Amino acid sequence: MQISTQKIIQQPEKRYKEKEFSAKIPFTIKRERYFRKSLVLAAIGVIILVMAFGCTLVVYSIPSFKALGIHFLYGKTWDPVNNVFGAYPFLLGTLITSFLALIISIPFSISIALFLGEYYPEGWFSNLLKNAIELIAAIPSVIYGFWGLFVLVPIVRHLEMKFGVLPYGVGILTASLILSVMIIPYAASMGREIVKMTPLRLKEAAYSLGSTRYEVIRHVVIPYAKSGLLAGILLSLGRALGETMAVTMVIGNSSLIPKNIFAPGNTMASVIANEFTEAAGSVYLSALIELGLVLFLVTAIINIAGKSIIKRFSKI
Amino acid sequence: MENTIIKCENFNAWFGDNHVVKSVTMDIPKNNLTAVMGPSGCGKTTFLRCINRMHELAPDARTEGSLKLYQDEVYDIHPILLRQKIGMVFQHPNPFPNMSIYDNVVAGYKLNGIKLSKAERDDIVEDSLRKAALWMEVRDTLRKKGTFLSGGQQQRLCIARAIAMKPEVLLLDEPTSALDPVSTSSIEELLIDLKKNYTIIIVTHNMQQAARISDRTAFFYMGELAEYDHTKQMFISPKDKRTQNYITGRFS
Repeated sequence: MQISTQKIIQQPEKRYKEKEFSAKIPFTIKRERYFRKSLVLAAIGVIILVMAFGCTLVVYSIPSFKALGIHFLYGKTWDPVNNVFGAYPFLLGTLITSFLALIISIPFSISIALFLGEYYPEGWFSNLLKNAIELIAAIPSVIYGFWGLFVLVPIVRHLEMKFGVLPYGVGILTASLILSVMIIPYAASMGREIVKMTPLRLKEAAYSLGSTRYEVIRHVVIPYAKSGLLAGILLSLGRALGETMAVTMVIGNSSLIPKNIFAPGNTMASVIANEFTEAAGSVYLSALIELGLVLFLVTAIINIAGKSIIKRFSKI
Repeated sequence: MENTIIKCENFNAWFGDNHVVKSVTMDIPKNNLTAVMGPSGCGKTTFLRCINRMHELAPDARTEGSLKLYQDEVYDIHPILLRQKIGMVFQHPNPFPNMSIYDNVVAGYKLNGIKLSKAERDDIVEDSLRKAALWMEVRDTLRKKGTFLSGGQQQRLCIARAIAMKPEVLLLDEPTSALDPVSTSSIEELLIDLKKNYTIIIVTHNMQQAARISDRTAFFYMGELAEYDHTKQMFISPKDKRTQNYITGRFS
């Protein structure tokens, strides 16, 4: 006590500063404490929410699982009137539309990633393209559905007449085409970031050996960025698997196993969206929820796989 | 000068509005080791990169004046062909991380899509690695990734990769500044050995290095070629005041 008073007497300016500082302490410490608490609360809240989603899906799908068992996954008939629920046609529909969409979109998304990441990373045209790509991701999916119905369906119908198959217009192919456009931004922007990260010294090494730009991309940029490009593609696959509205509008909503890519079909998401309001029996409702659970698991696995590839990649 | 391989006359280079290399006139003789030194920001690296047109990777780069390889104007040769004749080694060792030591040496051929038979490739790899004094150390691990080597070994691998293309000129941009003293001296010995077959131009920040290994030294200051002479001559009696100040350590 004595020492401190001495100090204060010796240094009058410092006393003033200390006083001000000590007056501030309770408030800053309190703020720090509340700030931290609110952050922890938000974090825990999110975890609880995700777990609650999972629990709800599991609990509500128990009746269906009890009634149908594992047969649910490979049953080929979906007949709500007779209480027969086999999800196989929808599983198939989901996988076919998603992978077809992926195959259609990959050339575009990788070209865009290379163009924006390596060829023209700056400039007004690059900015315009970048914003356009981001806008594709921002358009509500119901608008894609409309566009599909009014533009894509007539085109596909015309195509089907030429091929001599039943000209529905709606069907697996139409849904895949819509999806392929919708998922381009995910792989493209992810790929752009990774392509941009290719070290300049590796590119310079290749240029100094007399490489053209194409050769640099082919032998330096792509090998360097390939896991990142793959991760982007996986993320866009996750998006394609879960997309509901646009697909429901153009896929034709048939519960039969699609015979070819022109035939109408259904995906897990589109069945749920379409039939939820009219699900009368408890098993029917529960079967739809079980479909949701399967979809949830598949997209979760795809997302985790994509993230783990990115993680492994960013360590190198 | 006889045996001139590179001849600059009033050569200028800009990045945007920044005049980096100012009216340089110099002749570089064949099978000589020429050092380019000077304080940082003096334009020595840019000058080096102008010789194989690597500076053109920057979008706003431009040049003026004449720079000839033998009788041909460098800026009339397609950069892709030019760079196959003028090899380059960089400040930081940059072997391709996705390729083995073997593939790194023949990377120039692979990148340019030149097909070689297995025997030809084996010859080129052994010959280049021997010339780069790396063969004895790596001949049993040719299939391992080049990035597993030490820094000095990686840099010698990069030299092997450059000379595998059988260039006329070898440009080195501060090749030892990221290396330890032991690796540095092994690279220096290698360079003295290599000038029998190649014309070497080395940019260095290190005067002692220039004094140790070069036949001629060019001293750049603020983008200008302040002095260019036989190395001994220059270090014993520099003619230019700026060179004198630099060599005596009045600025660096």
